[in-house]
Amino acid sequence: MSFDFLSILAQWPLLLRGAAWTIGLTALATLFGATLAVAGAWARSQGPRPLGWLVGAYVELIRNTPFIVQLFFIFFGLPELGIRLSPGVASVCAMTINLGAYATEILRAGIEATPRGQIEAAQSLALSRTQIFLHVVLPPALKTVWPALVSQIVIVMLGSAVCSQISTEELSYATNLIQSRNFRAFEAYIVGTLGYLGLAILLRHLLNWAGPRFLFGR
Amino acid sequence: MSATLQAAPAPTAGPVPRGDAGAHTQVGAPILRITALRKSYGAHEVLKGIDLDVARGEVVAIIGKSGSGKSTLLRCINGLEVFQQGSLIVDGRHLLHDNPKAMRELRQGVGMIFQSFNLFPHLTVGQNVMLAPHLVKRRGRAQNAERARALLARVGLSEKFDAMPDKLSGGQQQRVAIARALAMDPAIMLCDEITSALDPELVGEVLRVVESLADEGMTLLMVTHEMSFARKVADRVIFMHQGLVHEMGPPETIFGAPQTPELRQFLGLMEGSAA
Repeated sequence: MSFDFLSILAQWPLLLRGAAWTIGLTALATLFGATLAVAGAWARSQGPRPLGWLVGAYVELIRNTPFIVQLFFIFFGLPELGIRLSPGVASVCAMTINLGAYATEILRAGIEATPRGQIEAAQSLALSRTQIFLHVVLPPALKTVWPALVSQIVIVMLGSAVCSQISTEELSYATNLIQSRNFRAFEAYIVGTLGYLGLAILLRHLLNWAGPRFLFGR
Repeated sequence: MSATLQAAPAPTAGPVPRGDAGAHTQVGAPILRITALRKSYGAHEVLKGIDLDVARGEVVAIIGKSGSGKSTLLRCINGLEVFQQGSLIVDGRHLLHDNPKAMRELRQGVGMIFQSFNLFPHLTVGQNVMLAPHLVKRRGRAQNAERARALLARVGLSEKFDAMPDKLSGGQQQRVAIARALAMDPAIMLCDEITSALDPELVGEVLRVVESLADEGMTLLMVTHEMSFARKVADRVIFMHQGLVHEMGPPETIFGAPQTPELRQFLGLMEGSAA
């Protein structure tokens, strides 16, 4: 048996392009998904009742269905309603909606762990409800759940491999393409695996570094 | 001692709901007027009709057994507890629970210090003090920082501006909480058993700060178990029992010549536990 990794690495522009797509999809989905989660967690814990129920239904719907079905519905299903999305946009949408649901539940747990006394202190300092949520409740909640949130973001990044199924040209799409050209499946998937491994470790470190600096203090 | 003077409703007072101001009225405009306040949790009535006027600059200590309603009364004054009947006016503003804007305006005039400090753990000491003036009063950055430093110096913690709350002792945290409340320039300060969570050796440093506030003319309402402190600092002591103001008067009378058996029993208990 002889291995030929060079023939895989020779395709580096394709791999690099794939990795760039994976990073881009993940970055956008994290940005939108986290925003969605903050709004969702607010609605679930402090918003008006009906809105809370609506968000609850959304969370349950997404958490109890496969990601690939969500993705296919957006890409293949929505055109029936006249909503035609490119593979890239459909992928970002699916990942955002998916992350938003899981992160809503994660964040809600952190929000509900806020000691009552801190909210009372903020109330007695005449802060408004919105100010209390954004400045007193949210930052410590983010700090509490940050490890869980980072894990979820990494899971969504790895899950983006599924988006190759609607021909989004991310890392696993590139890997598939290479092995279908030179039939070096073993080497191709090892390189692809190492690519994801590297990206996941990098992403984890980046988020663990950025969270305390920009979101919730030391 | 102003508490011994005759009632004289001042013409400068804010909206006065009734002609007769009641027996508790002090000289000068009352900064706080509580009328026939009743509060219950479900079927259990905690406050059974409280009437209380507090004059500007007065220092009032509220004592009583746990469950007598003293903390609940204090928490009614800035709307942390909702009461079902009666009225409450702070500095001319009626407390209106279902009007968020009116509540925020009223709360700007009412500082509160808690038993458990309740500092914001993700903010530095300085940021804790500056948060509310920045968000609520829109105080400029430089002015806000300058004020926060001055207030921290006043409570003896100027070197802790950049420290995180969890690096401070309980006494230091409570002094930061006092500085944080003062930063909003309240007209009245509520202290809810503020030394009860402190180690005995840290109680003094907090009480000294409170005493200095009293000396400077701040209106203070404090629920306390520190009887000697109440005796020394308070202009008036209120003994609460079973949801009512049971006995009230200057500290010499309350501690020196208690009138009711309930108060005598309570003071006996406190003496026993202090020994």
